Amino acid sequence: MPSRSYAGVDVEVGEDGFFVHPEQWTEEMAPVIAKESGVDDLTPRHWQVVNFMRAQYMAKGDSPSVRLLGKASGVPVKELYELFPKGPAKLAAKIAGIPKPRSCI
Amino acid sequence: MGDTIEKVSVIISKGSLDGIYPGLIMANGARAEGIETNLFFTFFGLDAINRKRHEHIKLASVGNPGLHMATWLGGFPGMASIMTHYMERHIESLDIPSIPEFIEMIADTGAGMYACKASVDLFRLEKDDFIDQVQDIITVGEFYERAAGGEIIFT
Repeated sequence: MPSRSYAGVDVEVGEDGFFVHPEQWTEEMAPVIAKESGVDDLTPRHWQVVNFMRAQYMAKGDSPSVRLLGKASGVPVKELYELFPKGPAKLAAKIAGIPKPRSCI
Repeated sequence: MGDTIEKVSVIISKGSLDGIYPGLIMANGARAEGIETNLFFTFFGLDAINRKRHEHIKLASVGNPGLHMATWLGGFPGMASIMTHYMERHIESLDIPSIPEFIEMIADTGAGMYACKASVDLFRLEKDDFIDQVQDIITVGEFYERAAGGEIIFT
């Protein structure tokens, strides 16, 4: 299993770069992962999505889809794609240190 | 980079529930992966973006062996509506959006939406007959220009 070093800590990631153990994630790692994924500046709006992703995952054991993000995160779909042009649910999950969303919608 | 898809054009050519959903799922899924996406509606697929019709898309209950139902039964009055209702409830229970909501969401993801000129002329339709998310009515040549450099998915 590959590993990466974020904020001075070695974490285990899958082939696609997503965290294998979400509990290894800390807030300081988020900006580094974001930069790696093409999001240079994590604004409060980005954080709103990242925090929502993580809270949902912790509560439900599942990474939310874009549709759920649009409905429940307080950030509409249009803005989600402005914040994360390369795929909001996928990128926000990566930055939040949770598994890749597996929803088809 | 050669093994990633950067751009797709999804063509929706059928006007039944089962003819429209797959293309919408392919388009939405492409955007979710950060892939540049255009949706092109042609022939009966135009019903999916027709203001008056997109809320009344039906499942084909005749000539649809996938339903595993006797053909004569599928032709009974009201059968298409009953089967559609049943399918819609099932779709909703899986938290999949209705066709109008799905199309609105896909437009919000930044996907382009276009109607095929030949079909629009054939059905004597105009730009006003379509939902606001439709950007333009384009010719097949213009479609290929927009699709250039990407994958084309025909449904």
